[in-house]
Amino acid sequence: MKYIDGFRNHLAAKAITEDIHKLAGELSVLNMEARIMEVCGSHTMSIARYGIRQILPENVRLISGPGCPVCVTDAAYIDAAIELAERGIHVATFGDMLKVPGSSRTLADARSAGGQVHVCYSPLDAVKLAKENPDDEIVFLGIGFETTVPPVISIVKKAKAENLKNISVLTAFKLVPPALEALAQDENVAVNGFLLPAHVSAIIGADAYSSFVEKYKVPSVIAGFEPLDILLGIKGLLEQLAGGKAELVNQYARVVKNKGNRIALDLIDELLEPADVSWRGIGTIPQSGLALRDEFAEYDASKKYNITVEGGAPDLRCRCGDVLKGIILPDECPLFNKGCTPLFPVGPCMVSSEGSCAAYYKYSR
Amino acid sequence: MCLAVPMKVIELKEGGAGVCELENTLYEVDLSLIESVELDDYVIVHAGFAIEKLDIEEANERLQLFADLAETYKDQGKVG
Ligand code: SF4
Repeated sequence: MKYIDGFRNHLAAKAITEDIHKLAGELSVLNMEARIMEVCGSHTMSIARYGIRQILPENVRLISGPGCPVCVTDAAYIDAAIELAERGIHVATFGDMLKVPGSSRTLADARSAGGQVHVCYSPLDAVKLAKENPDDEIVFLGIGFETTVPPVISIVKKAKAENLKNISVLTAFKLVPPALEALAQDENVAVNGFLLPAHVSAIIGADAYSSFVEKYKVPSVIAGFEPLDILLGIKGLLEQLAGGKAELVNQYARVVKNKGNRIALDLIDELLEPADVSWRGIGTIPQSGLALRDEFAEYDASKKYNITVEGGAPDLRCRCGDVLKGIILPDECPLFNKGCTPLFPVGPCMVSSEGSCAAYYKYSR
Repeated sequence: MCLAVPMKVIELKEGGAGVCELENTLYEVDLSLIESVELDDYVIVHAGFAIEKLDIEEANERLQLFADLAETYKDQGKVG
């Protein structure tokens, strides 16, 4: 398909990179550094894969924020999922979740020990599983940002319509705008530009960030994740910094509308309500999650099986929290490539290919 | 897991289901989350669901911009 090639045209990339260097020069005259955070796992992967960090001027730094849903999943949540598997309940999940360390074990360990853990490509696979195994109980692990929430909660709609009683969701959904707000308020996080996520924005719409940008006065660009999209996004942010502006720009209008996806937003609103949720390495951010409304309690695994997602003791040596806030780079963690590798991850940032540490490991050495 | 890619709609089925194509591979895709989808539309697919349509006009505009940038770059004699 011609579409993809056009977004990877290397001459256009060179032209934009030149502009970036020019703008960075203007910033360095002002003694300024651009510290740009991306909050999207796909951006993290693209940046690493296409070596974008390496072609940027020294005073333009890219920081991988908490954009990988697997990485911000609490150890306590993994513990709860393992407990469900140990009680004989079938746990269905996206593949990335299997190797995420809980307090002492992973779901892969639980599966080796005889637990029923199923990897799904789509949440609908779990509905199929529930239909085919009417005597078994199925729990789908409801993690992810706004992009993933509508597909996952479609399970509940389908289960209700088809009167399926043996499927439920263990929710730990996360929302991007409250996380941006928490990052902007954190004194340790020195970021002066946000590369906003592509497909989260497709659901929530560009307008969802207006009040954030207005309040915190940070240049913010919604960008796609092809290499040229990202370069253009960075250029747009540098232009704003050089010009002393702080605006919200939607550079991904081919997918992101101002108001977002109405059907998906209505579905979220019908089934879910905002809830406080804990982000691994960051802590609890008020109203940054979504939980099923009371009317749908029978599909809420935590209520159905009376299971709490609390406590949890992640490996304290892991510095994912500092990585996700841009306080350190992955290779500044003492365990990076020394005890922590994608094959034997100590922390969640090394598990998913979208994780900062894993992306760094794969492409930057 | 957040990967979301553009695919072409090649079959519409009952109940919001459909078949999409990416690089000659066919995928079952749930189309219930998007409005008024038609054959040959491009949709962004994530976790088995189409989450938004791709606006072809906007996409072409962007492609044109990139093509122009590349052309200017070439014209400046920077490519040897
Ligand atoms: S290298 Fe491993 S231990 Fe260190 S921050 Fe990354 S995931 Fe955690």
